[in-house]
Amino acid sequence: MLHPLFTEEHEQLRRSVRQFVESELAPHAQEWEREGGFPDWVFKRMGDLGFMGVRFPEEYGGQGGDWGHSIVIAEEMARCGSGGVGMAIAVQSEMATPPIFKFGTEAQKQRYLVPAIKGEKIVCLGITEPNAGSDVAGIETTARPDGDGGWVINGRKIFITNGVRADFCVLVTRNDKEAGHHGFSLFLVDTDTPGFEVSRKLDKLGMRSSDTAELVLDDVRVPSEQLLGEQGHGFVEIMWELQGERLIGVAGSVAGAWLVFDRTMEYAKQRMAFGRPIGSFQVNRHKFATMATELEAARQLTYDTALAWERGEYPVQQISMAKLYGGLVANRVMNECLQLWGGMGYATETGIDRAWRDARLLRIGGGTDEVMREVIAKTMGL
Amino acid sequence: MKIAVLVKYIPNPEGTPEMGSDFRLKREGVEAALDPGDEHGVEAALQLAGADGEVTYVTMGPEPAAAAIRRALSMGGHKGVHVKDDALKGADALVTAKALAAALKRDQYDLVITGVESTDGYTGTLPMTVAELLGIPSATFARKLEAKDGGISIERQTAGGYDSVECSLPALVTVTAGANEPRYPTLKGIMAAKQKPMDTLSVSDLGLSAEDATPTQEVMGIEPVPAKEAGEILEAGDDTAARVVEFLRSAKVI
Ligand SMILES: Cc1cc2nc3c(=O)[nH]c(=O)nc-3n(C[C@H](O)[C@H](O)[C@H](O)COP(=O)(O)OP(=O)(O)OC[C@H]3O[C@@H](n4cnc5c(N)ncnc54)[C@H](O)[C@@H]3O)c2cc1C
Repeated sequence: MLHPLFTEEHEQLRRSVRQFVESELAPHAQEWEREGGFPDWVFKRMGDLGFMGVRFPEEYGGQGGDWGHSIVIAEEMARCGSGGVGMAIAVQSEMATPPIFKFGTEAQKQRYLVPAIKGEKIVCLGITEPNAGSDVAGIETTARPDGDGGWVINGRKIFITNGVRADFCVLVTRNDKEAGHHGFSLFLVDTDTPGFEVSRKLDKLGMRSSDTAELVLDDVRVPSEQLLGEQGHGFVEIMWELQGERLIGVAGSVAGAWLVFDRTMEYAKQRMAFGRPIGSFQVNRHKFATMATELEAARQLTYDTALAWERGEYPVQQISMAKLYGGLVANRVMNECLQLWGGMGYATETGIDRAWRDARLLRIGGGTDEVMREVIAKTMGL
Repeated sequence: MKIAVLVKYIPNPEGTPEMGSDFRLKREGVEAALDPGDEHGVEAALQLAGADGEVTYVTMGPEPAAAAIRRALSMGGHKGVHVKDDALKGADALVTAKALAAALKRDQYDLVITGVESTDGYTGTLPMTVAELLGIPSATFARKLEAKDGGISIERQTAGGYDSVECSLPALVTVTAGANEPRYPTLKGIMAAKQKPMDTLSVSDLGLSAEDATPTQEVMGIEPVPAKEAGEILEAGDDTAARVVEFLRSAKVI
C-alpha cells in the first residue's frame, strides 16, 4: 500500500528519477569517490530534466510538486551509490534555495532561484563557522551597514557543501550583536564579489564526492538588495530552513540504508560458511529482522512527518525525531551490514565501505543527534 | 506530421514473466510497464513531430494496458487509443495486427512508428503485418530517421553497417534501441498526461468480425529451455593442443 504522502504520479516520477540515476549517475560512483568530486554537468542535467527544485512553482522553473515529490527524489538519489552527490543536489534544491523562494524578493528569485533550479548556477549555504556549529546563535560573521545603504561582511564559514565551486552563497550573518536572536540577517552573496575567498577544500571521511569548503569573507561589500528576507530575522529564517534540510537529509539516508540492507540480504543468502548461507544463522536472521523493523519505522516516521508538513503543519518535534532516529538507524544498519559482508565490506570494491562512511554524516550534519535531542526536549517543555 | 506510435504494456520487463496454466503470459495482476523497446518509438515520434506535429499512442491489451499509453503521454504527445475487448484475450500476432490496423485506419496518419519487437513476445512480425494490412510501405530497423522531401529517410541497421532507405508517406517505421535516448518523464509531463484524451475501442467499434478476433494459432504446450550443461575445462599441459583439436573435430568445427 502506498503511504498517503504518495500517489500513482509520485511513483511514476520515482521511475523517471530511478532510470536517470541508475543509467547516468551510478556508473560514476567509484570514479567520483576517487576524484573527490563530481562534475558540474550533473546540476545542469538534473535542472534540464526537471528533477531540481520539484517543489517550486512552474513560474520559477519548478514542477509545482509537493513534499512527496521531494522525498521521492531524495530517496532515488541514494541509488547513485554516492552520498555526496545526493547531498550536493539536496543542498542546491532543498536547502539553500527554499529560503530564496520563501523570503526573497521577485528580483532575487529571478536572479538566483531561477538559474539554481535550472542547474545553471551552483549554490551553497553558509551557516557553520569554525567557532560555531551546533550553537548557530554563536556565529561571528558580521554584516554592518557601509553607510551607503549597503553592507560590509566579515567572517569565516566552514564545512560548506558546494562551497568550492558555488556561484553564490546564502549566508547567515550577525548584523547586531546587542539584539540577541533578533540580530541575524541572511544575505545572497555572489562568490566572485571581491573579498570572498575559498580558503581550502576539506578532506573528509565520507561524502567524498561532494566538495566541502572553508570560506573567508574579508570586507565583502554587497548592496542592500542582497539582503535576503528581513533584516534581523535571519535566525528564525535559518531555523525554518533547517527543518526542510533535516527532513530531506533523513529521507535520503534511510533510503540509502535500505539499499545496502537489500544488497546485504542477497549476499547473505548466497555467501556460504560452515556449509550454510550466512543469512541462515539465527544470529544473522535476527539481525535482518531487527534492521528491517527499524528501517521501516524510520521510513514511516519520515513519511508521516513530510505529510504533516504537506498538510500545513510545521512539525518541528517530529522532524527532529525523524532526523535523530533515522540517523541512528541508518548508522546501525550500515554497521551491521558491513559486518555481514566481512572482508568484502571493508574492501572498497563493493561500495559498502562508502555507504558506511557516507551514512555517518547524518548524525552530525544539519544538527547533531545531541542537538536533535535538545530540540525534542524543548518541544516537550523540558 | 501526424504520427501514431504502437506501444505495448508488458509484464515485468526486468524479470522473468510468469506463464499461466493456459500457456499464455500472465498479464493481469502482475508488475508491468511500457515495453522499454517502445520508449525509443515514442522518443522518435516526439522528435519528428516537433512543435506542430501530433502524436497518438495506440495499444491493445486488457484494462491495465492503458498505463502504457499514460506513460508514453507523460513523455509527450497528444492522445491515446486503447483497444480493449475480452474477445481479444489470447490474440496471436495476426489478430493483434488486425485490431491495431483497424484502430489506425480510423484516422489518417502520415507515419506509424513501432519498436522492432516486443520484449515479451519477441515475434517481431507485427509491424510488417500492420503495414501490409494498411497497404503502406514499412521501413524496418531504423537506427536513425528523419523527415526528408515530404517522405522519411532512415538508416536501416544491418549486421555489418547500415542501408540508407527512403520512403514516401504514409509509411511504417520500426526503430531500434540505438535510434535515440528516450527522455525521462518529468513531473509536469506526468501530471499533464492525466488530462490528455484517451479513446477506448472494442472489437465492434473497430468493425472487426468474430473471425478476425480469433487466433489462428494455438499453443499446445510449453517446455522450459533445458539448463546449459557445465563446460569442460582443459588445464594447460603437454596434450592440451591435441585435445582442443580433438574436441573441435568431434564438434565438426574442423
Ligand atoms: C560533510 C559536511 C557537510 C556540511 N555541510 C554544511 C553546509 O553546507 N552548510 C553549513 O552551514 N554547515 C555544514 N556542515 C556543518 C554541520 O552542520 C555541523 O558540522 C554540525 O552542525 C555540527 O557542528 P560542529 O561541527 O561545529 O560541532 P560542534 O557544535 O562543535 O559539536 C561537537 C559535539 O558537541 C556536541 N554538542 C554541542 N552542543 C551540545 C549540547 N548543547 N549538548 C550536548 N552536546 C552538544 C555535538 O552534538 C557534537 O557531538 C557540514 C558538515 C559536514 C561534516
